[in-house]
Amino acid sequence: MFSVLSVKDMVTIYIDSKPYEVKPDQNLLQACLTLGFDLPYFCWHPAMHSVGACRQCAVKLFKDEKDTRGRIVMSCMTPVAEGMRLSVDDAEARSFRASVIEWLMLNHPHDCPVCDEGGECHLQDMTVMTGHVYRRKRFPKRTHRNQYLGPFVNHEMNRCIQCYRCVRFYRGIAGGRDLNVFSCHDNVYFGRHEDGALESEFSGNLVEVCPTGVFTDKTLKRHYTRKWDLQTAPSVCVHCGVGCNTIAGERYGSLRRILNRHHRDVNSYFLCDRGRFGYEFVNSEKRIRSATCLPFSASGGKPHGEESRKIGKQAAVDQITKILASAKGVIGIGSPRASLETNFLLRKLVGPENFFAGLSDTEHRLVARIVAILREGPARTPSLQDIRAADAVLVLGEDAPNTAPLLALAIRQSVRNKQFEIAAKMRLPAWDDNAVRNSGAGARSPLFVATPYATRIDDIALRAFRADPVGIARLGFAIAREIEPSAPELPLAADGTGQDIPALAREIAAFLKAAKHPVIVSGTGCLNEQVLAAAANISRALCLAGPSAQLSFVLPECNTLGSGLLGGRTLDEAFTRMQDGLADTVIIAENDLYRRAGRREVDAFFRKARHVIVLDHLRNPTVERAEIVLPAATFAESSGTLVSSEARAQRFFQVFLAEGDVQAGWEWFDDLQRSMGKQPPGSETRLDDVTALLGREFPLLAPASSAAPPASFRVAGQKIPRQSHRFSGRTAMTAGADVHEPKPADDADTALAYSMEGHEGAPPPALTPRYWSPGWNSVQALGKSPQETGEETNSGESGVRLIEPTGSAPGYIGPETIGSEDWEATVAPPRYRIFGSEELSMQAPAIAEMARRAEDIPRQATGGNASHE
Amino acid sequence: MLSILKSLWTVLVTMFRKRVTIQYPEERPYLPPRWRGRIILSRDPDGKERCVACHLCSAACPVDCIALQAAEDETGRRYPAFFRINFSRCIFCGYCEEACPTYAIQLTPDFEMGEYLRKNLVYEKENLLISGQGKYHGYSFYRVAGLAVGGKDKGEAQNEEKPVDVKSLLP
Repeated sequence: MFSVLSVKDMVTIYIDSKPYEVKPDQNLLQACLTLGFDLPYFCWHPAMHSVGACRQCAVKLFKDEKDTRGRIVMSCMTPVAEGMRLSVDDAEARSFRASVIEWLMLNHPHDCPVCDEGGECHLQDMTVMTGHVYRRKRFPKRTHRNQYLGPFVNHEMNRCIQCYRCVRFYRGIAGGRDLNVFSCHDNVYFGRHEDGALESEFSGNLVEVCPTGVFTDKTLKRHYTRKWDLQTAPSVCVHCGVGCNTIAGERYGSLRRILNRHHRDVNSYFLCDRGRFGYEFVNSEKRIRSATCLPFSASGGKPHGEESRKIGKQAAVDQITKILASAKGVIGIGSPRASLETNFLLRKLVGPENFFAGLSDTEHRLVARIVAILREGPARTPSLQDIRAADAVLVLGEDAPNTAPLLALAIRQSVRNKQFEIAAKMRLPAWDDNAVRNSGAGARSPLFVATPYATRIDDIALRAFRADPVGIARLGFAIAREIEPSAPELPLAADGTGQDIPALAREIAAFLKAAKHPVIVSGTGCLNEQVLAAAANISRALCLAGPSAQLSFVLPECNTLGSGLLGGRTLDEAFTRMQDGLADTVIIAENDLYRRAGRREVDAFFRKARHVIVLDHLRNPTVERAEIVLPAATFAESSGTLVSSEARAQRFFQVFLAEGDVQAGWEWFDDLQRSMGKQPPGSETRLDDVTALLGREFPLLAPASSAAPPASFRVAGQKIPRQSHRFSGRTAMTAGADVHEPKPADDADTALAYSMEGHEGAPPPALTPRYWSPGWNSVQALGKSPQETGEETNSGESGVRLIEPTGSAPGYIGPETIGSEDWEATVAPPRYRIFGSEELSMQAPAIAEMARRAEDIPRQATGGNASHE
Repeated sequence: MLSILKSLWTVLVTMFRKRVTIQYPEERPYLPPRWRGRIILSRDPDGKERCVACHLCSAACPVDCIALQAAEDETGRRYPAFFRINFSRCIFCGYCEEACPTYAIQLTPDFEMGEYLRKNLVYEKENLLISGQGKYHGYSFYRVAGLAVGGKDKGEAQNEEKPVDVKSLLP
């Protein structure tokens, strides 16, 4: 089972007199769970480790083989040691665990039927596991009042079992301040000091962290469905460039919720609130469900104010074919929020010379630079796991908590590495959470934040530096020069902020040089190429000076890097081409041009265009200008591949069948190609064919086809079912419309099936539609999956990295090689908001509400300050 | 020959036995209250819907013929937005009734559900919901549950203390 590790790395422990080999650096609870024992626990969490608070995971420990009495210990607080003898099944240990559950259940309300956690409740599972059935206490139950905690999280305090996981996550991991524990003895209360929305952008994780129903998903509550009734598929978050792995669940044709899908190298156990609650745009009123066309006018223009009419899938394809055949020139505009496949097939449809990436001009330039830096090296892009393991981090010009929240969380976790270092020196085990925190005494690994505006990671930064993008670039160049004197120089003009850049650069350079795994984080946030060059130069200088520096660039959208790798011309060229009369027809795929360029330019572009064909999910200003609108499937209704900022290609899978004419962008473009005779009619193009073709034309993107197992993948001849074995209502859900049940849909594109039937065991990580194990119905069933137990170390993580640096960079990037526009930055750098800056999530009501609040709060706050002064 | 006589004798003897055949539909058989026939949704003693849309009946249903959607009114009381039973699939096993934590779903001693069209066997909530309590009287789930719903605040359910004053440090 553990062939990868040599026997010397392992220790032997005896559980119920049977020998087992386990890894030495863990606690007994972890070891037992890894070995598949059903040992109940509450306060332990794989990311938050042990505190020994709940007393649930008791086992009996024996001195030696002659010892028959033994003693009860908490397995989560006991380190594994060679030759250790313990019993999980011991009668006394079992009754101890049963009575602990009985105490915890004393005041637990009679709520399960109306509790959103019911059916995926860790407390339910553990209660069943220990065999506690009847309540013996006859006295009244304690009750608590609930709080209003904002639009994301619902609070039902009666259900609390005081495991302290929520505050340990919220304060200890996420760095939040407004959730705490109040009151004393058996009245302890977990909540805020007063009603109000939770301020941390990771508050949604409380839903998964809480072992019972105190914190539940409020967006799910509005269209509540039990876990077993959701049709789920593995997905990838589309609300920023980090590419967190998710599980999306559907019922009755609408998307119901997003859960975290564990990926060791990306999001591990947590998601941000934008990713968790942004999904509701899929159910939005603004969704385009049918292909529509404006009535044809004699002038060929697009008459305004006229009702568009539904024309149906085939008629739309025919009409577009006709338009394309008679067009003088066609422009195809792709999108950084559309999948690689959609962009690629649009490029094939219009031809590479007519394909435009659809990034704004500034972004286009920056992304091209980033691709060049990442490909040439020498620094490698870190995964989030690498960032979590970093011992020094420099953030150069990127407001990561707002543009890449999970990356910011990884940075927050990385500063704790100092504490782990201190604890290791004191020979404390890393899993002993309180001991590590106490011994560390608040020590932090160095973090430097240089951004135009204050960020939410300033509180853990050693130094926070505020300057305009040019000032940040100056600091970056100075740091590179401090590390390695051959780095290019940049005249240090007075930046007017009164900050001593040379001294700060010296300090940062010293810390970075001293670190073993320094990470530089930059990105497109400043919209300034000099900042990117500065970050690249620092990483190069560090690589030359010794430590293996890693360089992470934050990109704004889920497939921005994919767009950059596919290439394509700039939007400006598209506008010029239209104005010069070289083209008269434009096809836009999942892109709102008004977000990419100035209103006047885009208006002029559309006025000049004879035919505008737009493919998108939601009504937006660009869709309003279209003659023909094609409904595109969202991430939940289609499968495809996205490239994250780390250059990791990851596959998202269709969760449910879309209604109406909705289909994936790549399917629309394939239909069009077929109708235009570019593809033999009759043959079928499948997702794997598209990725294979993509790999042939773009060798760099060839590994993307192995981001997930292909459609032909089977386990013991079976597909992976999207529905749980408890899925209900199969013969009644459509009976209202027609009593004859339809045949279950086939899925020829993926190895997943729209069925309850299929492989019951754990699928490969990239195809995991849910976590479940017998007796473990909650999200804690993750601990029973092969990824966690380490059984399948060779089965591969989901996704595949596309770029490994070649080390062919000719040298440092000289400031003079960058266009002058980045020196005369007169416009203030943009300010990002986690709720509000992203297009799709803003169509989710809960996110929109938080965005509105964020706009209100500063106004109130400034008003409040004024009255104080 | 002998076998024919034997048969005649059996017929003759049976003629004087007590009849078990009932002249249905003129004559109605007695069906005990716990007979498993047509499924209904009942109301609690206050006349409110008992069903809290917990989805346990639909999960228990071996033929998956129950579909429902949970909704919540403005007071936090949960109820089914729709509740559909496809009786053309139902096998009257009674598992739904066993699973129901609120006595809402009950099987009744009525079996006369014959239809010419299969689609008429699809019962929606308005066809299922009766105005009484059915077989089990006096039980109201929300009087026991810890949840605050309209007309019942925290601490007002059976066997509950008044809500804790978090700001007090007294034991």
